[in-house]
Amino acid sequence: MGVQINLISKERLSKMGSMEKIRMILDSVKEGKIVVLETGLTPEEEAKLIEVTMLEIDHENFVGIEVESYPYKEKSLISKILGKRHGRLTIIGPANRLKTIEKQEDLIKALIT
Amino acid sequence: MGMLASLKKRFRFLYRILFRKDKLKIGIYGPPNAGKTTLANRILRDWLGEIIGTPSEIPHETRRVKLREGVKIQVDGKSITIDVVDTPGIAAKVDFHDFLKYGLSEEEAKRRAKEATEGVIEAIKWLDDLDGILLVMDSTEDPFTQVNVTIVGNIEARKLPLIIVANKIDLPNASPARIKSAFPQHQVVPVSALKGINISSLYKAMAEKFG
Repeated sequence: MGVQINLISKERLSKMGSMEKIRMILDSVKEGKIVVLETGLTPEEEAKLIEVTMLEIDHENFVGIEVESYPYKEKSLISKILGKRHGRLTIIGPANRLKTIEKQEDLIKALIT
Repeated sequence: MGMLASLKKRFRFLYRILFRKDKLKIGIYGPPNAGKTTLANRILRDWLGEIIGTPSEIPHETRRVKLREGVKIQVDGKSITIDVVDTPGIAAKVDFHDFLKYGLSEEEAKRRAKEATEGVIEAIKWLDDLDGILLVMDSTEDPFTQVNVTIVGNIEARKLPLIIVANKIDLPNASPARIKSAFPQHQVVPVSALKGINISSLYKAMAEKFG
């Protein structure tokens, strides 16, 4: 059986609130799907994703997530002043199916089993 | 989050300058088994003659935040008083099967896993109550993990002063240089918390960064 990969565009993500994104990610991952976000999550959203993941681990079917993204980049002086940070391409999957092989500043290699 | 809290968070660096505290809460963060409790013990042993917890080779040994108040550090005429906050390791997955190989029974492993998930949540929540962070990384491991990137991102977003502690430099395959190249925007201090190697450099960095 194949693995479903959901690639979520920047446009779609921009219309979603933080909890909406987190819910969408976790619902998909718990069904065994891999989620790829074009613009990723903010650091606060990533921390929230980890928090909610911890709440939903059931120690039998769902043991957590594997997340990989490129490091954040400050886009402009205005963004710095306003404290806005933009995430970059991010891949999220069930911890027991997605394994990171190698991660560099500009390269992520992952294996889906 | 209220508007005042949001503004305080965004301009935290300015808030700190205007409302300087006599005592700073410094959180010790990092992934499981990086040596956070060993570092906390080293600091407390050096300045108070006591320890805060017992380290273990089994991941997630610290599953509740531990706080020791009033640790006075004096270096080169500078002095800071800190509350040391030793936090559980942050992870995005907790699988009880990982604990079985250390000889724990299934029941013990499941209990440990459940407590570990609660500990991760507690550690993240504490980020909002701290004045500075010591982020401990294992120098023998690849530093470019998502947990490290997420912790650094959250510390930067909160504009908290950060020192990255490149721990375990006593081990033969340690490479603090790899940590420096992964996070070039931050101060990295190589130490061995276990053996006390280069620990005086860390105290000096803490006095300068947090003082």
